[in-house]
Amino acid sequence: MLLSMEHLRKEYANGKVAVDDFNLNVDKGEFICFIGTSGSGKTTTMRMINRMLTQTSGTIKINDKDISQMDPVKLRRSIGYVIQNVGLMPHMTIQENIEIVPKLLGWDKEKRDKQAHKMIDLAQLPEEMLQRYPGELSGGQQQRIGVVRALAADQEIILMDEPFGALDPITRESLQDLVKHLQEDLGRTFIFVTHDMDEALRLATRVVIMSKGKQVQIDTPENILRHPANEFVTNLIGEERLIRAQPNIMNIKQIMRKNPVAISPDKTLSDTIDLMHDKRVDTLLVTDDQDKLIGYIDLDDVSRNTNASTLVSELMNHEVFYVQDKALIGDTVQRILKLGVKNVPVVDDDHRLVGIVTRTSLVDLVYDALRGATDEELSSPFNADIHAAANRDEDDSKDDNKDTEKEEGSDGQS
Amino acid sequence: MINFLSTYGTQLISKTGQHLYISAFALALGVIVAVPLGIVLTRMKRGANAVITLAGVLQTIPAMALLAIMIPIFGIGSTPAIVALFIYSLLPILRNTYLGMEGVSPDVKDAAKGMGMTAWQSMIRAELPLAAPVIMSGVRLSATYVIAWATLASYIGAGGLGDFIFNGLNLYRSDLILGGSIPVIILALIVDYLLGKLEFAVTPKELR
Ligand SMILES: Nc1ncnc2c1ncn2[C@@H]1O[C@H](COP(=O)(O)OP(=O)(O)OP(=O)(O)O)[C@@H](O)[C@H]1O
Ligand SMILES: [Mg+2]
Repeated sequence: MLLSMEHLRKEYANGKVAVDDFNLNVDKGEFICFIGTSGSGKTTTMRMINRMLTQTSGTIKINDKDISQMDPVKLRRSIGYVIQNVGLMPHMTIQENIEIVPKLLGWDKEKRDKQAHKMIDLAQLPEEMLQRYPGELSGGQQQRIGVVRALAADQEIILMDEPFGALDPITRESLQDLVKHLQEDLGRTFIFVTHDMDEALRLATRVVIMSKGKQVQIDTPENILRHPANEFVTNLIGEERLIRAQPNIMNIKQIMRKNPVAISPDKTLSDTIDLMHDKRVDTLLVTDDQDKLIGYIDLDDVSRNTNASTLVSELMNHEVFYVQDKALIGDTVQRILKLGVKNVPVVDDDHRLVGIVTRTSLVDLVYDALRGATDEELSSPFNADIHAAANRDEDDSKDDNKDTEKEEGSDGQS
Repeated sequence: MINFLSTYGTQLISKTGQHLYISAFALALGVIVAVPLGIVLTRMKRGANAVITLAGVLQTIPAMALLAIMIPIFGIGSTPAIVALFIYSLLPILRNTYLGMEGVSPDVKDAAKGMGMTAWQSMIRAELPLAAPVIMSGVRLSATYVIAWATLASYIGAGGLGDFIFNGLNLYRSDLILGGSIPVIILALIVDYLLGKLEFAVTPKELR
């Protein structure tokens, strides 16, 4: 564990208890977002991590070392920090600002210079800007410099206190992409304070929801959307966002019908017809003796053959389109709808048939998501979520590739 | 005028030199003492008011009285004059240093500390450069005072341009009075101009 906070409590000199019994363990590479109402103690908690504040009680450890035993100056140099109000040095050029921590760490001039250029690129600002002064930059540009300045010394842990507050949505998004990239691809660990729920849900691996100095809920964005701990969290997330988010947090398992009709390959044609008639279906899924999905057989196949003793294994189609039970609805719904199939079998990790998704249940879901949005909204939020899901697909392609190939490579049923 | 210069030319130069020497010495001492003291005061909020009030009180002692007090302690000559002028120079520098350091944005100080600067590094690299313009304008003000009051130093035998003026007063010679006071005025203006330049030079580019 990289960072652990145990029973943290902070009582200011005036008797105000800003943080009370705060507990959190952070692994390397996590992206933790603190979110909560103003004055809920987010900044206070964050500032105890780099000893800008000293807790009244409780312990903070980094790599199992109690930070109260460390030299505070060294500690701070080892942690990137963006304060709530940027705090660029007005008398230093942008380059000097970016080089502050590398210089404190004793990097040589060449290395610092290289890093400054790398950082200005990261901030997506022109290199000429390195020689300018903060006062000559717009608020948004200053904020970007503030962000890359905190990254300049390649620290493992980075604390950011509402770093994107004054940015327009486009710049904001590109910086969100930047920090997310640093976390996902370079394994940096972020503790990030924000007021913006969308930002928290987008960036965080785990969200810490705070109210009046207490942690209300700590969980992944999905789980928080799925099970808000209480009304405070529900309100913070917003009713609309909850409905809109459904396709992205609910998985297939939650909407599938269990106990689909299946037949084993060693049954005969007449068994098949009986079963179809019995259950009033025109398609049967074929599973082996371990319940693994191996194909399907439909009325067409049956009617083309007259020999009642033919085995299912001889008639069945081996190519079958299926989805994984834990796949998110948002990720699969479009594909299912596009294929135009009525039903899609659902399999678990071991390829065992566990259920079936019907087209009607998907339509219900789409309807709910659309109805949840206000009428004024021109673009359908549901579509927006699909896009978001599609984008995420690309990002996570490493993990998802296998599933996607399987599903797409075997759509023989349509 | 020509007449005055041909008679007193060399004397004028040496008196101006003395005058400058006394003033510069006092001012330098003032800077050396008041700037660090002003910085220290910002770190101990409680003592700050008391010390600045005390410096204000010292400032209100009439110049003649202060010079007179110096004689039993330091005798006559340039030493008591320098000490007295030094005391006068303290308040503007002290006050401006204090205000200048206090005026540095808390965000800058916070960021400096948060990035891992020691208190000393924060002061040298962040706070002092930002407070420098305010401090310099205090030094400039002190310099003008000190040059003007250094005239009185001739009273306790410290020399300087005051010698002309007091001689002129004693002998009812207006040429001597003018010959002393005009250079003082010119000297004050030149020094003020130069320090103004310096103040501009230490002002961070974008704050000008
Ligand atoms: N130095 C201080 N002395 C006394 N009380 C303080 C101090 N700093 C903060 N507080 C109080 O502690 C509480 C938590 O403050 P904190 O700055 O951590 O909130 P926050 O969650 O970061 O709020 P915001 O979202 O507005 O930045 C607030 O009620 C605040 O008024
Ligand atoms: Mg805050």
